[in-house]
Amino acid sequence: MKKRSLIPILYIAFLMLPIYWLVAMSFKTTNEILSGFSLFPQTFTLENYIAIFTDPTWYWGYINSITYVTINTVLSVCVALPAAYAFSRYRFLGDKQLFFWLLTNRMAPAAVFALPFFQLYSSIGLFDTYLAVALAHTLFNVPLAVWILEGFMRGIPKELDETAYVDGYSFPRFFVTIFLPNIKAGVGVAAFFCFMFSWVEMLLAKTLTAVEAKPIAAVMTRTASSAGYELGLLAAAGTLTIIPGAIVIWFVRNYIARGFAMGRV
Amino acid sequence: MRTENQKAWFFVLPVLALVAFNALVPMMTVVNYSVQETFGNNQFFWEGLGWFEQILRSDRFQAALGRQFLFTTLILMIEVPLGIIVALSMPRKGFWVPVCLVLMALPMLIPWNVVGSMWNIFTLPKIGLLGYFLNDVLGINYDMTQQPLSAWITIVVMDVWHWTSLVVLLCYAGLVSIPDAYYQAAKIDGASPWSVFRYIQLPKMKTVLTIAVLLRFMDSFNIYTEPFVLTGGGPGNSTTLLSIDLMKIALGQFDLGPAAAMSLIYFAITLLVSWVFYTLMTKDDAQ
Repeated sequence: MKKRSLIPILYIAFLMLPIYWLVAMSFKTTNEILSGFSLFPQTFTLENYIAIFTDPTWYWGYINSITYVTINTVLSVCVALPAAYAFSRYRFLGDKQLFFWLLTNRMAPAAVFALPFFQLYSSIGLFDTYLAVALAHTLFNVPLAVWILEGFMRGIPKELDETAYVDGYSFPRFFVTIFLPNIKAGVGVAAFFCFMFSWVEMLLAKTLTAVEAKPIAAVMTRTASSAGYELGLLAAAGTLTIIPGAIVIWFVRNYIARGFAMGRV
Repeated sequence: MRTENQKAWFFVLPVLALVAFNALVPMMTVVNYSVQETFGNNQFFWEGLGWFEQILRSDRFQAALGRQFLFTTLILMIEVPLGIIVALSMPRKGFWVPVCLVLMALPMLIPWNVVGSMWNIFTLPKIGLLGYFLNDVLGINYDMTQQPLSAWITIVVMDVWHWTSLVVLLCYAGLVSIPDAYYQAAKIDGASPWSVFRYIQLPKMKTVLTIAVLLRFMDSFNIYTEPFVLTGGGPGNSTTLLSIDLMKIALGQFDLGPAAAMSLIYFAITLLVSWVFYTLMTKDDAQ
């Protein structure tokens, strides 16, 4: 038993090393970073974090990112719910083909869509808005949300629907008051994955924004190149982007593994 | 059983409208560009399939495609077995399970260009932990910006770091769904650990493993941000994968026609290989 737990420990240590290094760098002064190697910060400093929290271009980056990620998550889950219900409960003309076509959008390389998205969203006047990024990210999040939710909904017996109708529930009332509470784990998992893929995606988010809705990670690359090579600042900004993800994982920790496992292949 | 009901289309309509807007309009733009030549001023000339032929024959595209397949093959060969091994050795219940899951999922929730920057800081010679350790402690000459081999090892290790946890989480989900009775029966029969794995655990993991392989294939084949931030495709062109090359042509040189033709070829290859994987891995179920 002891020997077996060595593998996860080593694996987690391997995962934590680069993260530790990023966090350690964020507490070092630029001088210390450039003067040579040190495993722990010698002169512990918070100036990198202070620089970020006092500069609007920095902290607006975070607000922008969190705003479009939230819009995207809500939008994706809301449109995916009825569709997943339809796929899990009914057969209809072209259902299999439609389901497969949705999934093909998950396979599309983002690089293929970068330029056409730029032109599309510019032409309808949405360029550099939260909505543009949120809508663009539905391309891969909606198929994923449908896929996950459909898996969870199939696990709910159909008798539940029928009993509710016999009891005189209308469809919307049944869906909201009876069906949704039964699949709330599924909604949580779907929302988690939508949040995750929208939060980490950068190519489209960067292409579709200029100033107003610029995501934090794009602010990072610009600052890194314009202000010479401020590694400490870069590390602090990077560390701060890990926090929202860590909070969200903690909330769904008991469901993450189930998320994909429930989907159909 | 699912019942026949054509009205279900109304439920699907919002998704259809949204994805169609996002997928079909840009796809038509790409198809449109791929068969035309432009000299600016919004003037376009019919080019037919010329761009496709040119791309498919060009050494540059073939080299990038070769590098892409090499990268994806390495990724699948390392991440899938490693993921299975880690999942098998994880505790099934207790206090450490959520801790393990959260720590393992953490790399997946870091924005992709932060992953690139993080590995850049980690591998810098003199300054980075790994760069310092390899160069100054072990005395290995390692510099990602100069040596193609170092750059390749770094992007592969980075992706292993980033995405193996996805395979772990999926396999783990499959493993915890196995009832204890199966293991007890195996114990009574005196089954070896290998036959427990081969005849109990592997079949139970098959569904999730199919998802894992498909997702890892798609995402590693479409990878862009992390290697772009880390190596920028260099040194030289040694780590220029397909997406990086495509972005260079599309936004760097603004060659719309070739870029569009390349996009379609790229997408077609992704779809084709995913379909082959899917059919091979689900073949037994259909019988």
